[in-house]
Amino acid sequence: MSLVVFVGVYAIGNPITVLIDPRAPQEAIQRAIHDLGLDRPLYEQYFFFLKNALAGHLGNSFVFNEPALWVIMQRFPATLELTLTAMVIASVTGLPLGLIAGYWSDKPVSRVIMTGSILGFILPSFWVGLMLIIVFSIELGYLPATGRGATVAIFGVETSLLTLDGLRHILLPAINLSLFPMALIIRLTRAGVREHLQLDYVKYARAKGLTNRRILFTHVLKNIMIPVITVMGLLFGLIIAFAVVTESVFAWPGMGKLIIDSITLLDRPVIVAYLLLTVGLFIVINLVVDILYSILDPRVRLSEETR
Amino acid sequence: MGRAEPGSETTLAVENLSTHFFTRAGVVKAVDGLSFTVARGEVLGLVGESGSGKTVTGFSILGLVDPPGRVVSGRILFKGENLVGAKPERLRSLRGARIAMIFQDPAMTLNPVLRIDTQMIEAITAHERTTNEAARERCREALAMVGIASPDERLAAYPHQFSGGMRQRVTIAIAMLHKPDLIVADEPTTALDVTIQAQILYEVRKLCRMTGTSMIWISHDLTVVAGLADRIAVMYAGRLVEHGAVDDVLDRPRHPYTRGLIDSVPSHNRRRKRLRQISGMLPSLIDPPPGCGFRERCSRSDATCEAMPEFREHEPGHWVRCFHPLADEAGA
Amino acid sequence: MNEIVDGGRRAGAPAADRDTPFRRFVADFTASRIAVAALVTFVTIILVALLGPLFTLQNPYDLAQLNLWDSGLPPGATGTDGQVYLLGTDDQGRDMVSAVVYGLRISLGVAISSGVIAVIIGTTAGIVAGYFGGRVDTLIMRVVDMQLAFPAVLVALILLAVLGRGVDKIIFALITVQWAYYARTVRSSAVVERRKDYIAAARCLSLGAGRVIFHHLLPNCIAPLIVLATIEVASAVALEATLSFLGVGLPVTEPSLGLLISNGYQYMLSGRYWLSFYPGVALLITIVSINLVGDQLRDVLNPRLQE
Repeated sequence: MSLVVFVGVYAIGNPITVLIDPRAPQEAIQRAIHDLGLDRPLYEQYFFFLKNALAGHLGNSFVFNEPALWVIMQRFPATLELTLTAMVIASVTGLPLGLIAGYWSDKPVSRVIMTGSILGFILPSFWVGLMLIIVFSIELGYLPATGRGATVAIFGVETSLLTLDGLRHILLPAINLSLFPMALIIRLTRAGVREHLQLDYVKYARAKGLTNRRILFTHVLKNIMIPVITVMGLLFGLIIAFAVVTESVFAWPGMGKLIIDSITLLDRPVIVAYLLLTVGLFIVINLVVDILYSILDPRVRLSEETR
Repeated sequence: MGRAEPGSETTLAVENLSTHFFTRAGVVKAVDGLSFTVARGEVLGLVGESGSGKTVTGFSILGLVDPPGRVVSGRILFKGENLVGAKPERLRSLRGARIAMIFQDPAMTLNPVLRIDTQMIEAITAHERTTNEAARERCREALAMVGIASPDERLAAYPHQFSGGMRQRVTIAIAMLHKPDLIVADEPTTALDVTIQAQILYEVRKLCRMTGTSMIWISHDLTVVAGLADRIAVMYAGRLVEHGAVDDVLDRPRHPYTRGLIDSVPSHNRRRKRLRQISGMLPSLIDPPPGCGFRERCSRSDATCEAMPEFREHEPGHWVRCFHPLADEAGA
Repeated sequence: MNEIVDGGRRAGAPAADRDTPFRRFVADFTASRIAVAALVTFVTIILVALLGPLFTLQNPYDLAQLNLWDSGLPPGATGTDGQVYLLGTDDQGRDMVSAVVYGLRISLGVAISSGVIAVIIGTTAGIVAGYFGGRVDTLIMRVVDMQLAFPAVLVALILLAVLGRGVDKIIFALITVQWAYYARTVRSSAVVERRKDYIAAARCLSLGAGRVIFHHLLPNCIAPLIVLATIEVASAVALEATLSFLGVGLPVTEPSLGLLISNGYQYMLSGRYWLSFYPGVALLITIVSINLVGDQLRDVLNPRLQE
């Protein structure tokens, strides 16, 4: 992936304009060209680039005149906060709805839930965000339209989740961001429930005289949680990217808004750094999810058979 | 010689049970007009080939027939109480406690992601309030009863860590937890190898004698039933064709189908005699031809068989439904 | 447990000329009133997009036709020349109805053209992969998998960050995002169909690979492709709108619905909601109607695949 980014930056665009502020005086540019090795052969430049990237040197932001990576990391807590809250909302709402839709899959309530879930992923997120703002901020005036609320520092990290003002500010964007994963979780859970209710172990559980509630929440849930949790992990990675849209709509000061601003302002070091970071994050999350799957399934975990 | 005592009480009386499946292809009459009784402490062997309706009968008794099937008519009297049309909560309270079921393949019936103790303890706590410790103790006893050593180790394990025979013993233990009045066992040993089969049969029989539990043992395997049951009921195409004390039916089968079943058992055959098969296949259960279902495959059938024969008692306790029952023959 | 006689199939002889597959398809499709309504809606939208300029008050991007005196009027207001602005005007005096119609043209145009090209590229890749199998298959599918692992928004952002703004660049980004879905779907169908007898028969006739692929294999892989294409067009509309809203999409000179919404966004807080709202509604109707049609197509065409 780094190769792709490198190619994108160096071969397609003009690396000089990408990495060096074109507004700098000519001698500075010449010096920078030499320092950055842009007058060296291409493959040398790639290794140079990698070496710097791994050391965390990804250039300075044109706009902020500070290391690009640092600029991004500063905003990372805000995005993380938003994303985590959204995932929590998505799971806490999505799972029960999916269970209901799966259990009563022939009843109208299931149809309603499923239709709602379809809307969750075909409607563009920014549009839903605008609607939320129109309804809750403008018409009803309950919640603020934009921005992040007051923050409190914990272990040196600022979080807005612990203040009432913070909560008021995070509610709408988090709901907006949660709709897509929620829809997917609902559909996945429902499919899992419907599939498992047909299986023999459910029939056997009924033959033992267990209540439907017990069967659903203990037997079936435990079985479908394994794939659902792994999907939730992957979704978390996905919505870090989707947060770009939500942060723009709600002016949430996170990485996503930064990247959009950077694109419009042509602050390319930040763009490069963001891409590398996101891609790295993706790979790590995928890895974690794979490991998680093998831990959760007892059949995989305890693979010795005692005869 | 294996004749059951006339039961002081009848645990189960099935009267004219019909369970149909309403599919897109048509109405499948899986069970049609079935009647039989099971006395207290008695083991009834319900035999028939695949598709004869025996498993559906078992599910019907427990109220576990899932859509598109349902019980359309008849009564299932469990100690005098009709289970057909009973409230779901009533049925739930009976299942597992007073009527238990053992399924065929324990690999599919035990939940693979839950521990054994979880699955056993919940069977107890579903029906009575008790402490976890007390429930666990009962589980240990139950496992000991079915011959599982080191129960604590087993309880903490997951189903896939057991062998097939062990798993089946666990399900039998679960069935016995509440000392039910009736156990419906649906081919519980079919998935196991022969030696384990013998062991389990022995233990089940011992348990039933001990506790006075009635049992319906569903099987397609006559040899299994022969050693275990007190009475035998033969099903074909959703109907009962013959029933009586096990020795009576097996030594002196009256229905051609029963005869065919017996003859097709390899061990039953004399040496060097060709293994007899019953030619043909089960009729379609969607639009069954009128009259005796076995008509098409029976060498003795004729025009009269187009009407449904009634049950007739050929000797005390031995009933056959056939227009051309077999005459008495010396041994098989 | 019980035999079910083979009564589900249609009896015996091949379809008589009264009952062609096409007629059956139409009958099945029209069984759902919602789908028919959606289809009608969608066709109307296309007609509006094609013929709209003939009926609108003005070409909103021809500055000569704008009347600054009429700027900022709410919906239903009457302008200085006596015309009624049904949906109001923006801050430059543009009639919102015209703006929406022109925006629709661009949104749909971009989505459909990128969709068509993505279908061509993706289908070719997928069918080649499916037909030839082996290393070709592995290579192509590896690329597809990599592409699909990343969320569309992110990929599009990267591309646009590197390429800049412009209609052609948006179309390129949309194609890049979409082709992989088509490739995967077609490849799955191709893998299944490749094994069937009629392909073996065609090859026995020494027909060239090209002919076998395009004459024999392809027609049988089309059904899921149609469904996917419908839904992907809706996704493309949504994605383009999102990108335009974020300001990295189409340039101001060719505003799509997304850009209209974006422009109107800043006025929302001051109460001039109509600038964002009506383009938003148009977007919503477009996306939902296409999806409903696609859903019904999926339900109708699916069992057909199994016949």
